[in-house]
Amino acid sequence: MVSYIFRRLLIAIPTILILIVASFFLIHFAPGGPFTSERPLPPAVLANIEARYGLDQPLWKQLWDYLTNIVLHFDFGPSFKFKDRDVNDIIAQGFPISLTYGSLAFLAASIVGIALGVTAAIRHNSWIDYTAVSMGIGAQALPNFIMGPILILVFTLWLGWLPGGGWNGGQWPYLIMPVIALSTSYMGNIARLTRSSMLEVLNSNFIRTARAKGLPTRAVIWRHAMKPTLLPVVSYLGPVFVYVLTGSVFVDMYFSTGGLGQAYVGSALTRDYAVLLGVTILYGTLTVVVNLLTDLAYAWFDPKIRY
Amino acid sequence: MKHMTHLAVATLLSTTMLTGAAIAASHVPEGVTLADDQTFTYRVLDEHSSVDPQVVEDVTGAEIVRDLFEGLMNQNEDGKLVPGVATGFEASEDKMTYTFTLREDAKWSNGDPVTAGDFVYAWRRAADPALASPYQWFIELMSLENAGEIIAGEMEPSELGVTAVDDYTLEVRLTSPLPYFPQMTTHATTFPAPQSVIEEHGDEWTKPENIVSNGAYVLTEHLPNERSTRERNEMYWDNENTIIDKVVALVINDENVALTRYLAGELDRTDIPAGQYPQLKEEYPEEATSFPRLCNYYYTFNVSDSGPEAFQDVNVRRALAMAVDRNIITEKVMQGGQPPAYTFTPAAVAGFEPPTLPWTEMSQAERDQMAKDLLAEAGYGPDNPLEFEMVYNTSEAHEKVAVALSQLWKSKLGVQATLANMEWKVFLEERGNQNFELARGAWCGDYNEASTFLDLLDSDSGYNDGKFSNERVDELLEQAKTSDDTTPLYTEVEEILYEEMPVIPIYHYAGVYMLDTDLGNWPVDNVEQNWYSKNLYKIAE
Repeated sequence: MVSYIFRRLLIAIPTILILIVASFFLIHFAPGGPFTSERPLPPAVLANIEARYGLDQPLWKQLWDYLTNIVLHFDFGPSFKFKDRDVNDIIAQGFPISLTYGSLAFLAASIVGIALGVTAAIRHNSWIDYTAVSMGIGAQALPNFIMGPILILVFTLWLGWLPGGGWNGGQWPYLIMPVIALSTSYMGNIARLTRSSMLEVLNSNFIRTARAKGLPTRAVIWRHAMKPTLLPVVSYLGPVFVYVLTGSVFVDMYFSTGGLGQAYVGSALTRDYAVLLGVTILYGTLTVVVNLLTDLAYAWFDPKIRY
Repeated sequence: MKHMTHLAVATLLSTTMLTGAAIAASHVPEGVTLADDQTFTYRVLDEHSSVDPQVVEDVTGAEIVRDLFEGLMNQNEDGKLVPGVATGFEASEDKMTYTFTLREDAKWSNGDPVTAGDFVYAWRRAADPALASPYQWFIELMSLENAGEIIAGEMEPSELGVTAVDDYTLEVRLTSPLPYFPQMTTHATTFPAPQSVIEEHGDEWTKPENIVSNGAYVLTEHLPNERSTRERNEMYWDNENTIIDKVVALVINDENVALTRYLAGELDRTDIPAGQYPQLKEEYPEEATSFPRLCNYYYTFNVSDSGPEAFQDVNVRRALAMAVDRNIITEKVMQGGQPPAYTFTPAAVAGFEPPTLPWTEMSQAERDQMAKDLLAEAGYGPDNPLEFEMVYNTSEAHEKVAVALSQLWKSKLGVQATLANMEWKVFLEERGNQNFELARGAWCGDYNEASTFLDLLDSDSGYNDGKFSNERVDELLEQAKTSDDTTPLYTEVEEILYEEMPVIPIYHYAGVYMLDTDLGNWPVDNVEQNWYSKNLYKIAE
C-alpha cells in the first residue's frame, strides 16, 4: 500500500511536468498575446513592457526561468493583467473560495444524490421511486448556467430572501445559491447512478442469502448492499470533485463569488500566461491527487481490490 | 503618434486664468432632501486591472482612479473643464509652455500636502521604461519635451519637460503648440502619485492597506472579482461639499444577472442588455436612460492586396453600405436609442457638424435602388453573385447585427455573406494582419474631437486595419492639427469617405443604463462619461 502510494506520487511528477510544458507552448502559440489590444501599442512601449515581463527572451529560456522559479522559490510569476497581484496572490485569494462552495456543493450532491438513489431503489416502482427519478432527471437537466439566473430571479427578485451575489467572506446567505446551482446536476447524476447500482446489487445472490437468513431490511441495506452499490458511484465522484472546483466559472460569473474559475477563464481570454499556467498546474495536481484518493477508496469499498 | 486639436474647451479657456472654487455644493438643487445613507453602488462588467493612475488602462479602473485621485483639472457634468488640484493655468503666447498654479489646501489622505513635485514624479514615472506602463504613449501624445526619447530609453526620465518651479507652481514644456493641453490633464495617466508610498511598497502600493491618494475618496476594500469599496477621504480639500460617503463597485459579469440585481434594489446603476431597452422604458420610464456616447460601430473593408478583388471596386463598397437599412439595426436589433450612422464621426462629438451627405437625404428605397444599380455596374448579379466572408468578435449583440446585415444584403442584393466569429484576441490579430474580407470595428473617442475618429483612416494610422489610403484625406487631417477652423476640413473628409466608402458606418453608441431615481446628478451630458462620485448624491425616497 505505502509503496503503491509512493509509486503513484513518483509518476505524478513527470505527469505534471508534461502538463506544464504542453500548456506553456499551447498558450504561447495561441493567436494574440497579453498585450494585444484594439489600440496597438507603439513599438517602443511594447518593447518596454515585454522586457519587464521577460517576454523578449526566447521561449525555451522563458520556460526554463518559469520552471526554476517554481522549483526554487515556489513563485508562479506575475500577472500581466493585474499589476498589484501575482499568481500566488490570485490563487491564494480565489482557491479557498472555490474550495469552500465546491466542497459544500460536492457534499450536498453526494449526500442528497445517494439518499435519493437508495430510497428510489428500495421502493422500486413505487411513487417514491418515480418522484425521486423525476427529481433526479429534472436536476440533471439543469446545468449551473441555467440554475444561476433562475435562482437569482426567484430568491433575490421575487422572494427577496437572498442577496443576488457576492461572497462576504462566505457568510451563509451568500453560499446557498452557489451551492444549489453547482450541485443540482451532479446530484441528479449521482441519484441515477446510485439507484441503478443499488437495484443491481439488491438482485444479487448474496443479498438474497442475507435476506434468507432473516436479517432485517435495514441491516441488509446498510451492512451488505451499501458498499458494492457505492463502488461505481465513487469512481464518478472522484472526477466530479475536481469538476466542481474547476467547473465553477459559471458560479463565479453569476454570483460574483470571486472564486478561481473566473480568474482561470479570464486569464485565458486575456492571455495572462502566468495566471493560466498557475491555475492549470493547480488543477492538474488536484486531479492527480484526487485520482489517487479515489483508487485508494476502491480498496475500502471492494475487498477484491488490493494494492 | 497623432495629436488632438481644438477642443471646444480650448476656446473657453484660452490663456485666461481660471478663478478657483467654481464648484460648490451647489450640485444639489434646492428642495431636494438627501438620503441618510449616501452609498452609491454600481455594476462593473469586469475586474479592474489596476488603480495605479500611471498604469490603469481599462475604463472600469479609470472610473475608480478618478475618485481616488485628482489631477490638475476635472470635468464637470457637461464635460467642460473645471479646476482640480490646479486653480488655474497660464499658457505662453506660442502655447508651448503651460504654467499651472496649484491650490495650497490640497492634501494626500495621509495629511501630506499635494505639491507640484508629486505631479513631476508621476509624469516621469509614466514615461519611465522601468514602469513599462501601457499608457506611456499618452505622455508622448501630450507632446511633453523629450517624451519619445525617454520612452525609447535614450534619455533619463528626469529630462521630461515638466518642472516644479516651487511647491505650488508646475511648468510644462511642449514640443508642439497644443491649445487643448489642459483638457488632457483630466486623464488618469496625469494624476499625481505619492512617491514615498510607492517607494515603500513597490507594486503593492495600490492595495487598500497601503494606498495613499489625493482624491475625494480612499480605497478601503478590494475583493478581486467580487467588489471594491471607496470611502470619503477626510483630507480632501473639498470634502465638505462631497455628499456620497461610500462607493461600491460590484463585479457582475452577466448583464442579465446585473439587471435582476438592480431590480431587486441591490444596485443604483447598471447597463441594459441589448434589445431590452424599449420594454424597460415602458415599465420603468424614470429609470431606463439612453444618451449618446462617443463611440462608433462599423464594418471595414479590407482594401489591401490581401483583400478580395471585389472590394477594390468602389461601386461594390458603396452598394453594400447603401443597402444597410440602419433603422432596422437600431430599432429592431439594438433597440437602445442608438443613432443610425451615416458618417464615421458621431454627431455627439464636440464641435463636429455632421455634413449633409447625399444619402442622408435619401429614403431607404432610394438607397436600395442605388445599391442595386451600383452592384450591377460592378458586374455582379443573379448569374454572378457577390460572395465574401464577414468576421466579428464573439458576442451575442455583434452576432445579431451581423445576421441582420447579411440578411439585408441577401434579400436586397442577392449577396452571399458568410458569417464567422472569433475570440477577441484572435480577432484583433487577424484583423491587424489583414486576414479578413469584411470585419467589424468600433472605436470610442480618446478625447472629444473628431480627429480621434478620423485619424483611424489616415494611411499611416496603426489602427487602419482595412488599409484605406487616400492622399487628400491624409492632407486634410494634417491640416486640421494646426487649423483654427476644422469644420470645412472634417466635412471634406467625411465627403470623401462617402464617395470612397472604405468603411460602412452602422450606428453610433448610446449609453443605455438603468439609473435609480434616487441617484442625483448623473452626468448624462458628459459624452465621454467621465463621472466623479463626489458630484453625485442620493435622494431620500
